[in-house]
Parts: sequence; structure tokens; C-alpha cells
Amino acid sequence: MVLAAWLAQGLGPALDASSDVDKFLSFTVAGLSVAAILAVGASGLVLTYTTTGVFNFAHGAIGMLGAFAYWQLRFDWGWPAPLAIATVLFVLGPLFGALLELVIFRGLQQTTETVKLVVTVSLLFSLIGLANWVWDPDVLRRDAKFLSGRGFDVAGVAVTWHEFITIVVAVAVAAGLRVLLYHTRAGIAMRAAVDDRPLAALNGARPDRSSMLAWAIGSSLAALSGILFVGTISLAPAPMSLLIVNAYAAAMIGRLRSLPMTFVGALVLGLTEGYLRGYLSDWTDNNQYFDSTFVSAVPVIVLFVVLLVLPSARLRAHGTARTREVVPMPSMRGAFTFAAVVVAGTALAIPLLTTANAVTMGRMYGLAIVALALVPLIGLAGQVSLAHWSLAGIGAVTMAHLGTGGSPMGIVWAFVFTALVGALIALPTLRLSGIYLALATAAFAVFLDRWVFRLRPFDLPFTDVKIALFGTGSVGVPDLKLFGYTFDTYYRQLMLMATTFALMSVFVVWLRRSRFGRRLLAMKDSPAACATVGMNLTMTKLTIFAVSAGMAGIGGALIGSLQGSTNQQNWEFTVGLPVFMVAVVGGIQRVGGALFAGISLAVLAAMPDWPVLRNVSWFPNLATVTPGLMGIGLGRNPNGAVADMREAFEPLARARAVFLAFLAALGALYLYVVTSDVGAWWLIIGGVVLLLGATAFVQSRARGADTGAAGPQPMFAGDELEWVGIDRPFTPDDLAALDDRLGALEVR
Amino acid sequence: MSARAGHPQTPMLELRGVRAAYGRIEVVHGVDLEVPAGSVTAILGPNGAGKSTMLKVVCGLLPATDGDVIVAGRRVNGATPDQLARAGLCLIPEGKGIFPNLTVRENLRMATYTGRSLASIEERTYQRFPRLGERRNQLAGTMSGGEQQMLAMARALATDPALLLLDELSMGLAPIIVEELYAAVAEVAREGVAILVVEQFAQTVLGVADRAAIMVHGEVVASGPPGELARDLAAAYLGGDGGTRSPDGAAIR
Repeated sequence: MVLAAWLAQGLGPALDASSDVDKFLSFTVAGLSVAAILAVGASGLVLTYTTTGVFNFAHGAIGMLGAFAYWQLRFDWGWPAPLAIATVLFVLGPLFGALLELVIFRGLQQTTETVKLVVTVSLLFSLIGLANWVWDPDVLRRDAKFLSGRGFDVAGVAVTWHEFITIVVAVAVAAGLRVLLYHTRAGIAMRAAVDDRPLAALNGARPDRSSMLAWAIGSSLAALSGILFVGTISLAPAPMSLLIVNAYAAAMIGRLRSLPMTFVGALVLGLTEGYLRGYLSDWTDNNQYFDSTFVSAVPVIVLFVVLLVLPSARLRAHGTARTREVVPMPSMRGAFTFAAVVVAGTALAIPLLTTANAVTMGRMYGLAIVALALVPLIGLAGQVSLAHWSLAGIGAVTMAHLGTGGSPMGIVWAFVFTALVGALIALPTLRLSGIYLALATAAFAVFLDRWVFRLRPFDLPFTDVKIALFGTGSVGVPDLKLFGYTFDTYYRQLMLMATTFALMSVFVVWLRRSRFGRRLLAMKDSPAACATVGMNLTMTKLTIFAVSAGMAGIGGALIGSLQGSTNQQNWEFTVGLPVFMVAVVGGIQRVGGALFAGISLAVLAAMPDWPVLRNVSWFPNLATVTPGLMGIGLGRNPNGAVADMREAFEPLARARAVFLAFLAALGALYLYVVTSDVGAWWLIIGGVVLLLGATAFVQSRARGADTGAAGPQPMFAGDELEWVGIDRPFTPDDLAALDDRLGALEVR
Repeated sequence: MSARAGHPQTPMLELRGVRAAYGRIEVVHGVDLEVPAGSVTAILGPNGAGKSTMLKVVCGLLPATDGDVIVAGRRVNGATPDQLARAGLCLIPEGKGIFPNLTVRENLRMATYTGRSLASIEERTYQRFPRLGERRNQLAGTMSGGEQQMLAMARALATDPALLLLDELSMGLAPIIVEELYAAVAEVAREGVAILVVEQFAQTVLGVADRAAIMVHGEVVASGPPGELARDLAAAYLGGDGGTRSPDGAAIR
């Protein structure tokens, strides 16, 4: 502040009048207080990342929870402020952090970055859901400055106590962390555990305790930043949880390691924000496009830029763990069967569907298409993108504007445009991977959220092209017309979406089997090895990003078309997170995982409207929290839930006679349900019962055969692979079984 | 409670029929071993003999599937690494015994759990390894391999261990540095510490060892004074009886 005053005096003549100096100083104070909050938030983030290797996407959500808890104690229960703050910072925050470490993160040490990412993103999502559940989102909670917003004057500049306390707190946190990490054994042990966990244990440190301490302090710092935010913004779970994205930029400037640099980053960002809020309208001559929405997008732009300019060697991913991830080699025949079942199943279902159910099912395929777009990108190429939902939004907007009258060119343009945007994101981020790529794509998505998607209609510079993204808030998306046939009812749209999903899944399987698919897998396994055999990594990454983005764009166009109109809220970052999470839960390496994501999300979204659940007041909240819980609980299985399901039901498909009997029974049930009026639910319930019954029957029969003389030989005679050849000789059958398992090509 | 409370006659470390496995694959098939206080015991053997696995079992990083690990007369099976460390056992793991992102001084600070002050640790360390004193504020990971290994030794010694386990101390280092390190090892043993050294590289360590054993395919195939063992080494490394066993211990048909 002294510096700012000095600067202001230096600029004095330029600023001309003393009122201008006062203005400058008050913007500086505002900027410093923003910087202080960012610094506290970012330092907690850096602390947990450096000490546990987990980049916590939910850090902001923990802060949001802390702010709500503070509000509850301070205003709803009327506790004195110091007591409420102390309770949150020294009891609730640390306890919550320690609990998270114990229940969730302790088990994640040996997992891949993607798994950690899914788990923290899921946590973010569940905490938002939780806060909306516990605290009525319609109650306005805002502007609770410390000491009721009173303040004092310094050299003619009004400073509130809130701002003053915020800045002092940040300085205290900085000093405290420095002492902790560099001058206490507990802190040094924390850093040692990052370097080499077993070695730290050999040195008498207790790594689990270090991690727990780090999470406790990190959560407490998150809560602190949340409480400080209460003075400047109104409490709303989702936007507040995403405010941490601003702190990401500060943490990134500190390269996720250096706390001093993180504080510098926070200072730069905070002051930038303060001055932009003050002067931007003057500088841009009140240009309506550079308003407060642009200011809120600045930290994200900074984050993106910092990610791009930091030397890549410093962005080395945290110790990578080897995992047993299996990317299956599906057959083309299987792909066609899957596609046929999807299309035929949908066609058969149509007579049973109410309009509402048809919309749900259409949305299910829409979500599945967007999830399917992630399969080649994340599953095969190992490139994480958190921006795909926003890309789908671009697809929807394109369809709205260029598909006038239902022209199929709308879909084509949706593909082309999103593919171009995808390539545009990919180009600068080519050398990023893992958590950094996730952050860069998240930054891009939030940038679209906060600024681009909110822009009022404008002319493209140097052209006559008028661009009106979501118009005045919502824009109509036409129904597709193909060869004179209009998809103008929900049922027709549903068939269109099912067919598109089926075709795309065949395409993805073909891609996996192609030369290009092998390249993608090779790139994921070892980029270095790929480069040494002369593969062009840049082109490969760029291509897969563009293709994947284009697929998401088509998905978005179709979803928009199904809804009839679309708006900015439809494509917000947080809305799209579940698609990513649940696709990983289902199995990001397979087409089935995408369908799993579509089904789970659409059903969860529709369930609160079911007659049985309509009167259960807490159910909608539970449905919102569920995708997050799925991510936390199931995100650890690197091969996804679909792989497990497949394993469970495979014996049934192999037992021909039973399988045919099952199909016949299912067909009979279908005919009965269609011709009578018992309701479509009975088909689903009956189908599940039949499926479980048939599987149980096959399994019991297999067990019976095992106890008999010669049952069918299980793969590798029930042995793990490494014992084949030691326990018993290695046969050509084993080789065939191995090839089958690994999806290796037949040797000719 | 220090491990040094043990009776002078009992060996500092004793293994009785210790077996260990990774999953279902057993790699240590019943090892018996004694390491008396104030001496250097060397275990030699080719790559994959189970030497490092045995050390992991001793320091609690891997549970023994059978047999007893006895430190200073107490059975310690199931103790965690940090408990053993606090009881006076110290391992320098293969190749990476330091924290690369901490400074030299901070690395030494990690040894203060024994209650000794950082100042006294630093004083003694820089006396023994002056080069570390020159680099006290440097990040350990930026030093040369030999200096890193010195630091690992220094940090281990700073804990005043009763039992020191060294895994492949010489790996990747210049012979002259290896000699310097082993001179320090011998000196420490003279101060009364029990030292167990595991090495593939035999020459230097046999020079300082009081006793030696040869380990092949998870079993101790020979043990005795270093001089007598030297001639068995070739057979252990290059074949002979020990070299033609299959992993389950049965001779190959």
C-alpha cells in the first residue's frame, strides 16, 4: 500500500487532480484485498498439491462450504463473529480436510492423474450439490463485511476494516506457511513425503499424518478464503466454487510449487482486477463488450496464458504411477451388433414411450454422443479435456444460426466449427498433458462461460458478418430436415439421435482398430518412444482433438434441436462436468462407457419427476449429488464399470441356448406389454429380472459342470498369467486366449 | 526405547527362516542371518537374488510371509518403517537415499526425530563430509551422485542408528568415491553400529566386511569370513550349483 501511495504520488501530475489520486488509491486497496483472498486460496491449493500430489479441483468448493458454515453460525445462529470464524477455521475446516484425506485421498496415492482428476472434480460437483441441498439457494446471503462494513481513512482514501483485515490475514498466512514448511520438522517432513514417501517413513516421518495435516491446513485455508469472500460477493454454491479458478492462475504463476511466486501471482491478478474494474470503461470508451463480464474472465485468460508460456520442463507431472489400464480391442462385428441393438431397441421402445420419456431418452443419446467424443480423446489418446461440454454448446449455437429451416448444413457446420475451435484449443496446449491440460481446457470453458457466451450480438471485425451467439438470452434451434424428411416430433428426433450415436460408435470402434487408433494408444503409453520412431505427435494430437471436438459439436447441435431452443446456462462448465465424470466411471476406453454416461445422467435427471418419487422432497437433491458420488466411489477402477458388467454378463452371451431362451422371453414380455396396458415399467423391471435370472442360471450350471468331470476350461486354467508355464506347460490354447484378451492381431 | 538396550551377546539383527513374496511369487526362501553389533556384514549376490527384498522385510516396507525378524532380541515382524526407524534402525535405499527437493540442511533436519539438535548433527556431518558443508543450502537433487550418496550416509548416521542397512551403496558411483564411502562405513562400525551391506559389486565391500554371505535365488548359499567366500563368488554369479535353479527352488530337469 505504501508502494501504491508512492506510485500514485509519482503519477500525481499525470493524474492531475487529487480526486484522481484518491480514485487510484481506492482501486488499489480494492485490488489488494482481492489479491489477498486469491493468495489465501491459492496457497492452500499449492500446499495440498505439493504435499500430496493431488491437484484439488474441489478446493474452491471446500472454501464455499466454509463460507456457508460461517454464515450459518454467524447470522443464522447469531454467534459472535470471532467465535464463528474460529470454529470454522480451527475445528470444522481441519476436520473436514482430515476426513477427506482419510476417506478419499489416502486410497488415491498409486492411481493415475485422470483418476485423481475425476475424483476431485466429482468432489467439487458433490459439494455444490450438498450446499444447494443444505442451504436454500433462493435465500440471499451477501455483503457481510466484518465490523458491518465500517472503515477508516488513510490519506483521504476510505478503507473498510474488511479490506484491512483481509490484507493482514493474507500476510499472516504467507508468513505462517513459510515458517511451517521451512522451519518446522512437520513441514519439512511434508515436503520430504512428496519427494519420496517410503524414504520419509524410513526416516521416522509418518507420511499419512503429513498428508492429513496438509489436507487439514489446506481445507482451513480454503475456508478462510471463502469467509473473506463473503464480504464482497453473494453466496451461491456453483459460482463461488468456481471463483477458485481465479486462484488457479495465481497458483500456476507459482508453478504449483513456490508459495512466494504464488503470492506475487495473486498480487498481479488482484491489482489487475481492481484497476480493470475501475478504469476499463474509460479505456475502452464504454465499449459494451468489455464490461464486468470481461473483467471476470481476465483471471482465466491469465491462467491460460501462464500455462502456455511456462517452460514445459517445469510442468513435469507429479510422479506418474503405472496402472493396469486395459484398452479393449473391440471387433467390427461387435460394433455393428451394438449399433443395431441401439437402433432396434430404440425403435421398439418408441410405442411404449410417453413424450416426456422420449425427450429423456433423446437427451440420453445426446449426452452419450458428447461422452463418446471423449472416448478417443481421453481413452485412446490420453488427452484430458474439460471443455467438451462448452464445445457442444458451440455446436448448438452453430446449428441455431446456420441450420436455418433445418438445413443439414447446420450439422455439418456444427462439426466443422467445433472441430476448428477444438484444434484452436489444441494448438497452444500441445505440449501440456495431465493436470495442466485439464486446467487449460477448464480455463477455456470458463472463459466461454464468463464472457464469450454472454456477449451481446456483434459484428465480426473487418467483415459484415453479424454474430449473435445466444441472442438476447435464448436462441431457437430448428429441427433437422434431411432429404425432405423433417425430424419434427420428439419420437423422430429420438430415432435420429439413436442412429447418430450408433453410427458414431461404429466410427469410434473403427478408429480404435485403425492405424491412427494404434498411434493414439502409442502416444498415450509413451510420447517419447513415439517421437523416436518418427511419429508426428503434433499432427496426431491436433487431429484427434479436432475430430473429438467435432463429435461433441454434433452432439450439442442435436441436443439443441431436441430442446428447440438453447441458452448460455445450458452449456455452463459445471453442467458439463458430470458427463466427463460419469463417462470415466463407465469406462472411458469403451463405447459402452459413453452409453453408460448417457443413461445414468438422463435417468438421474428424469427420476425426480417419476410418480413414485415426485413427493419425496429430498430426492432431486440426491439425484444432483449422485454423479459426484459415483465419481468419488467408482472413479478408481481404471477400466470402468462397463468392463465389470461385461464380465458379469459374458457367460450368458456365450451359453447359446440360454441366451436364445432369454431373448425369446424378453420378446414375449415386450409383445405382452405393447398389446396390453400394464405400463412400460413392467418391461424394464421384467427385463432386468430375466437378465439376472438367466445369468444366475448360467453361473449355477457352470459351477455344476466344474464339480463334474470336465467343465469348460477357464482361461489359463484359473491361474494368473504369470503362473502359466510354471504350474503347467504353456499351450497354443493359452497363446490364443492371451491374444484374445489383449486384442492382439492374429499372426499370419 | 532404543534398540541398543539389547544384551551385548545377542546379535543386533537376526533373521530366522525369513520368507517374503511379491503377491504369490516368493522371492526369499527362508533366510537365516546374524548381524552382530560393531561389525560389517556383507551380502553379495547377482541381480535378482532377493537381497533388496530381504532388506525391505527387515525395515518393515514389506511383510515377511514366514519366519522371524529379530532386532536387538525383540521380534519385530509387523512393525511399520517409522516405528523401526524410531527404534534405531536405518536403511539407505538403493540409489535414492535423499530427498532431492529439500536442501542439504533440510535433509539433515529429517534426522532430528531422534531428539538430537540440528546444530550438532550439522557439526558432525560437515566434519566427516566437508563437501556437504560447502553445499548446505543447495537442493540435494542438484548435487553429483557421489555427494548425494554422502548425504544419504550422513543423514543415516545423524540418527545414531544401532543398525544400519545399506543397499547397493556403490551403484553408479566412481570407484574412488565408493572407497571413500566404505571407509566411512568401516569407521562407523568401529563405533559400535551393526551394519548390513548388500552389494553386487564385491571387491570394495569385501575389504571392509567382517563377515559375508552369498545369496542366490532367494537363499543364502554360503557364508563365512570374506576371504574364504571370495572364491565362491564366481560360481554364484556365473552358474555352478546355485545358478541352475528354477524360481520355486527345484533343480531344473
